[in-house]
Amino acid sequence: MNFPILSSITFLPLIGAFFIFLTRSEKNQSDKNSIYLSLFTSFTNFFLVLFLWYSFDPTTYDFQFVEETTWISGFIKFKFGIDGISILFILLTAFITPICIISCINSIKSRLKEFLIAILVLETFMIGVFCSLDLVIFYLFFEAGLIPMFLIIGIWGGARKVYSAFKFFLFTLLGSVLMLVAIIAIYWITGTTDVVDIYEIKIPKEFQYLLWLAFFSSFAVKLPMWPVHTWLPDAHVEAPTAGSVILAAILLKMGGYGFLRFSLGMFPLASEYFVPLIFALSVIAIIYTSLVALMQDDMKKLIAYSSVAHMGFVTMGIFTFNKQGIEGSMIQMLSHGLISAALFLCVGVLYDRTHSRLIKSYGGLVHILPKYSFVFMIFALGTLGLPGTSGFVGEFLVLVGTFKVNFLVAIIGSLGVILSAAYMLWLYKRVIFGKLEKVELKKIKDINLSESGILFVLAALVIFFGFYPDPFLETMRVSVDNLINNYNLEINRSIALK
Amino acid sequence: MQYAILFLPLLGAIFGYSAKHFGDLFSQLITTLFVCLSAILSIIVFYNGIFHENYGNYLVFQWISSGDFIVNWSINIDPLSSIMLVIVSLISALVHIYSIGYMNHDPNKPRFMSYLSLFTFAMMTLVVSDNFLQLFFGWEGVGLSSYLLIGFWYKKDSANKAAIKAFIVNRAGDFGFVIALFLIFLFFGTLNYNEVFQLVPIFAEKEINFLGFDANLITLICLFLFIGAMGKSAQFFLHTWLPDAMEGPTPVSALIHAATMVTAGVFLVVRCSPIFEYSQFALNFVTIIGMITAFFAASVAIVQNDIKRIIAYSTCSQLGYMFFAAGVGAYHVAIFHLFTHAFFKALLFLGSGSVIHSLNDEQDIRNMGGLWKKMPYTWISMIVGTLALTGFPFLSGYYSKDAIIEFAYLSGTNVGYFATMVGIATAFLTAVYSWRLIFKTFHGKFNNKKLSKSDIHDSGLVIILPLTALALGAIFSGFLFKDFLIGHHSMDFWKNSIFLLEEIEHLDVPIWLLYITPIIVTLSIPLAYYLYIKNTKVLEKIKLKNKLLYEFLLNKWYFDEIYELIFVKPIKSIGSFLWKAGDEKTIDRFGPDGISKIVKAISNKAVKLQSGYIFDYAFVMLIGLSLLLTFFIIYK
Repeated sequence: MNFPILSSITFLPLIGAFFIFLTRSEKNQSDKNSIYLSLFTSFTNFFLVLFLWYSFDPTTYDFQFVEETTWISGFIKFKFGIDGISILFILLTAFITPICIISCINSIKSRLKEFLIAILVLETFMIGVFCSLDLVIFYLFFEAGLIPMFLIIGIWGGARKVYSAFKFFLFTLLGSVLMLVAIIAIYWITGTTDVVDIYEIKIPKEFQYLLWLAFFSSFAVKLPMWPVHTWLPDAHVEAPTAGSVILAAILLKMGGYGFLRFSLGMFPLASEYFVPLIFALSVIAIIYTSLVALMQDDMKKLIAYSSVAHMGFVTMGIFTFNKQGIEGSMIQMLSHGLISAALFLCVGVLYDRTHSRLIKSYGGLVHILPKYSFVFMIFALGTLGLPGTSGFVGEFLVLVGTFKVNFLVAIIGSLGVILSAAYMLWLYKRVIFGKLEKVELKKIKDINLSESGILFVLAALVIFFGFYPDPFLETMRVSVDNLINNYNLEINRSIALK
Repeated sequence: MQYAILFLPLLGAIFGYSAKHFGDLFSQLITTLFVCLSAILSIIVFYNGIFHENYGNYLVFQWISSGDFIVNWSINIDPLSSIMLVIVSLISALVHIYSIGYMNHDPNKPRFMSYLSLFTFAMMTLVVSDNFLQLFFGWEGVGLSSYLLIGFWYKKDSANKAAIKAFIVNRAGDFGFVIALFLIFLFFGTLNYNEVFQLVPIFAEKEINFLGFDANLITLICLFLFIGAMGKSAQFFLHTWLPDAMEGPTPVSALIHAATMVTAGVFLVVRCSPIFEYSQFALNFVTIIGMITAFFAASVAIVQNDIKRIIAYSTCSQLGYMFFAAGVGAYHVAIFHLFTHAFFKALLFLGSGSVIHSLNDEQDIRNMGGLWKKMPYTWISMIVGTLALTGFPFLSGYYSKDAIIEFAYLSGTNVGYFATMVGIATAFLTAVYSWRLIFKTFHGKFNNKKLSKSDIHDSGLVIILPLTALALGAIFSGFLFKDFLIGHHSMDFWKNSIFLLEEIEHLDVPIWLLYITPIIVTLSIPLAYYLYIKNTKVLEKIKLKNKLLYEFLLNKWYFDEIYELIFVKPIKSIGSFLWKAGDEKTIDRFGPDGISKIVKAISNKAVKLQSGYIFDYAFVMLIGLSLLLTFFIIYK
């Protein structure tokens, strides 16, 4: 295809952001204009991505819609391309962004214009991450995403915003520096930064270990895995709703995507070698953070900890190297993208009305917020992996895949399913059920049109993909097959060499 | 038609809830109508199955397909699922009708009705599944509806707690269930019943290493499946949620916690008879757990005072009977007892609901008494239910319970003989606690201080009608269906939906066994009358003499307290510990906070160097210069 569609979807939000930057008028008018502009941009982009998904050919594992131009000759190529794995993340990004924009119409009171610019710029970087097929380009997008997020937390955040923003920055930067060194090392070893070329070149085993660890440190922080997860609860607590949504729904998924695209693809031998490490950390994450989530008194923190537990399933699934495991992880990531986004929106709805995130300041909301309680219930059920929601499909496939590899890990992982039911239902009970006793709650209103619009669409998707996950599975099937085949080829080759 | 049976209740649930602006009546009518239609269609399907062998598998659509993991949504009609469909839809339809009357003061009628319909849908999905995963969907779906309905009166804290408890204890059972699914998929490569069942004989002898233990694969699968069944069917160890579940409205207790959902575990074991048959160990385990539950629950029921809790423990106990029937290989008898039990237990619950309703939500039997003249219909139907439950001759329970005891005896094993004894003993206890309930509620003195006796009157037609229908079922279902479901030619009906490695021989049982239970049961009526009405002092004496035992039973063998002590509290404190000591005091302290502290400390020192005085800088330069000079002099 001649039309550079990937560049278009990547940079369209940036152009939109530029136009918002240009708007000049009184505050009310400019806020209004920037909202319209950002909605227009993000929806256009979403439809473009839908079109991309429609024209995507799921029967081949080759990278499609490839664009390639030289940037610095002989060194960095500007290379874009997607396969059945990355397109789903792009879809998720393009879907979540307009939702974020709609959600901040009500909740962001100061500097709305700048906030929208930050969100759109972030969208560009996120889509860029999933499109890049060159390590340097990938790194640029991957790190650039930090900046708008840092600003979103640091400027529009809550009371401890500075602490959280710096913690977030410190953790992620630590990982990225190592990744940058690794990328330079890869260029030094292979003479290229083109991912597709590197797949073909067999990196020596000893190098693979070191490089894998460097990439791992970056992705593990991003995902986040235990024990580098402590930035996430703080970042979520202080971030504004839209920031939390993007953070949970998409930024975390970059870690998972990174494992699939880079760790597995480029360093298969090291990936196999480090499986015990990943399994141990994943299992700890699932049990540990679920237990911690149980005791939280802040709703956002609770959801943040549950995110860490859910990401534990993702890493567990990816490193099973079988179809159910990896496809389960993919579904788990996409489903978590919908559910966690929705849960943070739900908390945001309450926060906008009462300015409290503490569980104990609520109770009995079902009497005054029936619609809200209904959708919240669906997302709670999605989180605890009830069959018929997308959360179940992901978790179950991951566990099936893991069970093939390691009984113990899968069994401990399944215990997390009991815990997730405990913390989610307990949260729901304390917030929604019971008597409505607090005076300040009595006058708050049920979700309005735009809020219910977003939440009901998300709820419908969570249920739809719970019953019929095929659209996702179909898209990724061949690419995941190819990933596993390449991995197995490499492993067999190295065994044969011995 | 098969599709309609399944989806009508779902549509009812959706319409009933979303169309609540049209008024409560509309929701009530539409949900009830759809479920009734579904019940009629189920009966037609059942009929067609019997007389035209009209069985089959209907695909709805593909659910998950990932590599070799392929699972469909489908409707599988075979003898077992068709009879279950009839039970579920029929009881559900009656409970829907009853609820119109019972819930008439409740402001949230549409929500209640649509939950009931949603439950019916989930239960049917469970029953008609042709694979384990769809069964699991229904399994969790009924769990969800049960959670929603137990917590229906969400203002009550106790209701919410009971709802969560039910869900989580069930999840603990599900944990076993999913491990069974993993094992099945790993070794058989499919979750489809037929494919799995065909492969079972091949794997019958397979030993695997499971977490360091060498175990027989089939036994492991059976045990894990049974853990799931124990959770759902409230068997010993995982039973604690069922009595608490009585916090829900009474129609819910009748439908979900007596007639249908709690029997899902029994259904599962019977459905998996082709697997269980290959593991004698697992079957014995099922028998023993069933036996213990039957006895334990009956012993607790004797001293409870809440009318619904008594019936709940009775349900628990009867489920135990079904399990030990299945455990001795009498799967068809287990389903037969499930079938008759659905009628008389739903009847007892709805009858007690009628009492509770008339007494303004009074549930303590100590505050009742002498109601029989005021509520003749309810009284008669409760009597019928009790007679059927205790196994009084020629009512439904007589045929099914006696058959269980006989088959346990016929199985010829030690476990079987032991089960026979426990079965008879439990039958005695059952009779005592059931008649205690009747006498304390309907006879003797009127003990309620809040109400005057003249205010009490029998319930309306919408309540009496379902009671009558169920009473007819409780009387005749045993007599009418016994030959057909458990008689000599019953396998003509069950066909291959129940699998037996060796046929149980229909030997004649000793004559004393045939007569002992009916005699015991009949004699315990005057005994209970004497103890609870005539001469209550005897009982008081026994109570005083055996204080410890009484307390032990009254506190339900202290299960809740023990679980609180070994699960709930430790988990909470571990959670707090990991959060405070793990995340904050370790990871953060030595991670980001530690680093930033060090950086701050160093920079604080470094700041001091930049004093702004020329002589300070000159001094530093001088030191640097001399160091450089020294260096060059030494290494020249």
